[in-house]
Amino acid sequence: MPIPSALITLLLGMALVLAGLWVGYNVSLLPVDASSNAPVYDALFRVLFSIGTILFIGIVGLLLFSLVRFRRREGDLADGAAIEGNLPLEIVWTAIPAVVVLFVGIYSYDIYERMGGMTPLNDHSAMHANHSALGSAEQPGTAAAIQAGSVSIQAAAVAPTGDGPSTGDGKPPSRVWAGIGAGSDQQGALSVDLTAMQFAFIFHYPQANIISGELHVPIDRQVALRMEARDVIHAFWVPQFRLKQDVIPGQPTLLNFTATRPGTYPIVCAELCGPYHGGMRSSVVVHEPADFEAWLSKNTPAPPPTVASSNSTPTA
Amino acid sequence: MTVASPSDLQPPAPNNQGPSGQGQSLGLQPEGWLRYLSFSLDHKVIGLQYLICAFLFYFLGGALAGVIRTELASPISDFVSRETYNEVLTLHGTVMIFLWIVPVVNGAFGNYLIPFYVGARDMAFPRLNAVAFWLIPPAGILLISSYFIKGGAAQSGWTAYPPLSITTPALGQVIWILSVLLLGGSSIFGGINFIATILKLRRPGLQLMQLPMYCWAMLGTSILVVLSTPVLAGTLILLSFDIIAHTGFFNPALGGNVVVYQHLFWFYSHPAVYIMVLPAFGLVSEILPVHARKPLFGYTTMVYSILAIVVLGLVVWAHHMFTSGTPPWMRLFFTIATSFIAVPTGIKFFNWLATLWGGKIALNSAMLFACAFIVNFVFGGITGVALAQVPFDIHVHDTYFVVGHFHYIVYGGTVFVIFSSVYHWYPKFTGRMLNEDLGRLHFLLTFVGFNLCFAPQHWLGLNGMPRRVAEYDPAFTTWNQVSSVGALLMAISTLPFLINVVVSAFNGKPAGANPWNALTPEWLTSSPPPVENWIGEAPLVTHPYGYGTPADRIDLGNATGEQIWGDSRR
Repeated sequence: MPIPSALITLLLGMALVLAGLWVGYNVSLLPVDASSNAPVYDALFRVLFSIGTILFIGIVGLLLFSLVRFRRREGDLADGAAIEGNLPLEIVWTAIPAVVVLFVGIYSYDIYERMGGMTPLNDHSAMHANHSALGSAEQPGTAAAIQAGSVSIQAAAVAPTGDGPSTGDGKPPSRVWAGIGAGSDQQGALSVDLTAMQFAFIFHYPQANIISGELHVPIDRQVALRMEARDVIHAFWVPQFRLKQDVIPGQPTLLNFTATRPGTYPIVCAELCGPYHGGMRSSVVVHEPADFEAWLSKNTPAPPPTVASSNSTPTA
Repeated sequence: MTVASPSDLQPPAPNNQGPSGQGQSLGLQPEGWLRYLSFSLDHKVIGLQYLICAFLFYFLGGALAGVIRTELASPISDFVSRETYNEVLTLHGTVMIFLWIVPVVNGAFGNYLIPFYVGARDMAFPRLNAVAFWLIPPAGILLISSYFIKGGAAQSGWTAYPPLSITTPALGQVIWILSVLLLGGSSIFGGINFIATILKLRRPGLQLMQLPMYCWAMLGTSILVVLSTPVLAGTLILLSFDIIAHTGFFNPALGGNVVVYQHLFWFYSHPAVYIMVLPAFGLVSEILPVHARKPLFGYTTMVYSILAIVVLGLVVWAHHMFTSGTPPWMRLFFTIATSFIAVPTGIKFFNWLATLWGGKIALNSAMLFACAFIVNFVFGGITGVALAQVPFDIHVHDTYFVVGHFHYIVYGGTVFVIFSSVYHWYPKFTGRMLNEDLGRLHFLLTFVGFNLCFAPQHWLGLNGMPRRVAEYDPAFTTWNQVSSVGALLMAISTLPFLINVVVSAFNGKPAGANPWNALTPEWLTSSPPPVENWIGEAPLVTHPYGYGTPADRIDLGNATGEQIWGDSRR
C-alpha cells in the first residue's frame, strides 16, 4: 500500500490549507454589509467558509485519489488488503473533527456574545431597571446584536417560551418573549413598533406618531424594533443587516440593530405566511442623521417631532 | 472487531429457527407478479412492494418539484396560482419525506435485507409488516386526493406551523394530518418489527457485533422511529383539534402557544433526518466493501458512531428554531449538540475513505452513486455544521441556503444511496443485471443535474432569497434559472434509469446467485431467492466483510445456498 511520502503529504496539506484560506477570504458570497452586526457575521462566515473549503477539498481529493490509484485493473479479480481497522488512525480522525467542531463552537460563541446574544432578554419592566447596565456592556455605539433569547433567565422566573399568560389579540402583553439583542437596549435608541400581518409590515414610530409601510432609520444609532404579528407567524429579515427574527402572534419579540451604511435595503418575510408570502416585502431606508430628521419632520402628523430619547417602552 | 475464524462461512447449525407457520401461509400466496399486489407476508415481496410504491411517489414528488422549478424560472408568479404553489410545495415535501425516502431506506431495503442479515426466514411479525406496507398506498392516495377537493390541499408547508395551518383551508389540512398519521403509524409498525427481528430473530450463533452494518443502522433508526414518531402523532392530533374543534392548543387567539408546536414538531422531525440518512449510511457500508474488495474499516467505531448519532439526534431539534424565540442557554446547548453530531458522522466518512484506500475498486454504477454520496454528503455536512452556529443560522434560516443544505443531505446523500442500492441489489431482486452504460449515463445526468440545481441555492439564500416563495427579487433570476436547468437534467436522468430497470428485468444479463462475489448472506442463495430465503439451513456469516482474507475462501460466484451448505467444509 504505497503512501505518499511524508514530505509530499505535508506540502499538499499546507497547500490545501492555504487554498482554503484564500477561498474563504477572497470569494465573496455575501451581500453588502449595512449594520454594525454584519461585519462580525462576515468574519464568522469567512472562518467557516475557509474551514469548510479545506475539509471539502481534502476529503474529495482523497476520495478521487483513491478511486484512481486503487481502481481495479482489467482482469484483476483479487481482493484488496485485509485491513479491518487501525485504532491510532481512528483516534486521530475522531479527534480532528472534535477539535474543529470545538474551535468552531467556541469561536461562534464568542461572535454570538460580541453580538449581544448571551445577554438575557428581560421581562420588559425588568429591562427598564437595568437596561443601561446591560446596554453598554460591550460596544456602546454598536451594540446591535444577535439573538438574545426569550424571556428572562435572571429577572423573570418564567418558563422559557412556554406557558405564558394568555394574550388576547388586540391587547399586547407587556412581556417580551424573544428577541435579538434585546438585552442591549440602550439610551438614545430609536424605538419603532412593527406589526406584521398578511402580507405587510407596518412600522409605527411612537414618539413621532408616524405610521409607515417602510422603515426609515438613521445610521449609527441603535434601533429597537418591537415586533408582533397580528395573524400568523412572519419573520423580519434584512439580508444586508444579517439579522432575522420571527414575528410571532401573541408573543412580542425584539430586534435591536444599528445601521451603518446609508441606502435602501429589502425587508423580507422569511416565514411562510400564506399565498402572498413571496410578495411580503418592504424596504428599510438608512438615512444620514440630518436626512432622517427631515424625514421625521416631514411625516410627523400634528405635534413636532420628538426624537426618541431614552425611554423605549412600547405601550401600543 | 474480533478476529474471525479462517473461514468466514460456517456450515449451518441444525434446528435453525424460522417464524413458525410461515411455510403454510406462504404457500397460499398468489404466484408470479400478482404477489406484488397481494397481502403477502413474504418480507422480500413486501420489500419490493415498498420499493416500487415509493418509486411511484418519487416520480410524483419529482413532478411537483418540476412545478416549483418552473414557477421559479421567472421572478414573478406566472405559472401556477399562489395558492396552488403553496399546495405544491407542501405536497412535494410531504411526498418526498413520508412516501419516498422513509419508506425506501427503511421499508424497502430493510424488509428485503434484514431477515437475510440476521439469518431468518422472515421478519418477526410478518402480518404487522404487511399491514405497515398496506397503510402507505391509501395514505398516499388520500394525501393526493386532497388536491382535488374544495379548498385544495394543505398549504402550510410540510411543517404545518400554526397559526397558518389553522387558518388555511381546513379540509385539506385535516386530510394532510390524517395521511401523515397513517404514514407515521406505518413507520412505527416497521420500527417495532425491525427492533424485534434484529434483537430476537438472529440465527443461533450469530452475535450482535457480527451483524452487517445495515442491521445496526436499522436498529438505531428504528429506535428513533419508535421514540419520536408518537410525539409527532400526538402533536398533529392536537393540531387537528385546533382546526376541527376550535381548541386553543396552538392558537394564540385562544391563548395557545405557537412555539410549543414547533418544539413538538421538531422533536420528531429532526430525528426524521436521521431516520432518512442512518439507513443510507448502513447501505453504503454494505456496498463499498463489496466493490472495493476490502473489509469495512473500523467496524466497532462504525457501530458506536451510529449509536452516538441516535442519542445526539434526539437532542438537537431546537436548532430549527433559532429565530423563533428560544432562550440563550437553549441556543447554546443545541448549537453544541448539533455540532458534535459531526464527530460520529466524520468517523463514518473517514472509515469509508479508509475502506476504499488500498482496495481494488470497481467503479460501476453502484460505486459511482455511492462515492458521489460521499462528496454530496460531505458538502451538506459542512453547511450543516455552519448552520448549527446560532449567529450563522440567524441570517440564513428559512432561506434557500437551508433548502440547498437539506437537499444535499436527503437527495445528494440518501437518494444517491438509494440509486446505488438499486444498482447493487437489482441482480438479487430479479436475477438479472442492469445495463452498466445506461447506469453510468444515469449517474452522470443525476450528478451534474443535482449539483447544478442545488449548489446555486446556497448563494441565493445568503443574498436574500427566502424559501417557499413563488416570486422573488429579479436580481436572483440567473441562478434560479441555472437551478431550474439542473432540475430539468434531474428529470431527464430518470429516463435511462427507468428504461434500464424495465428492460433489464426481461433482457438483462442473467446475474447468477452472487455476481459481485459478495460475502453478506443475501448473496449466498439464488437470485431471486426462494421463499424460504435459503434451501436448507440459513448460513452463519460471522464475518460479513471478510474480503482479502487470504486463505480458505471459496468462489461464491454462482453458488447457491444448497451448493455451499450442502458440502461439509468443517
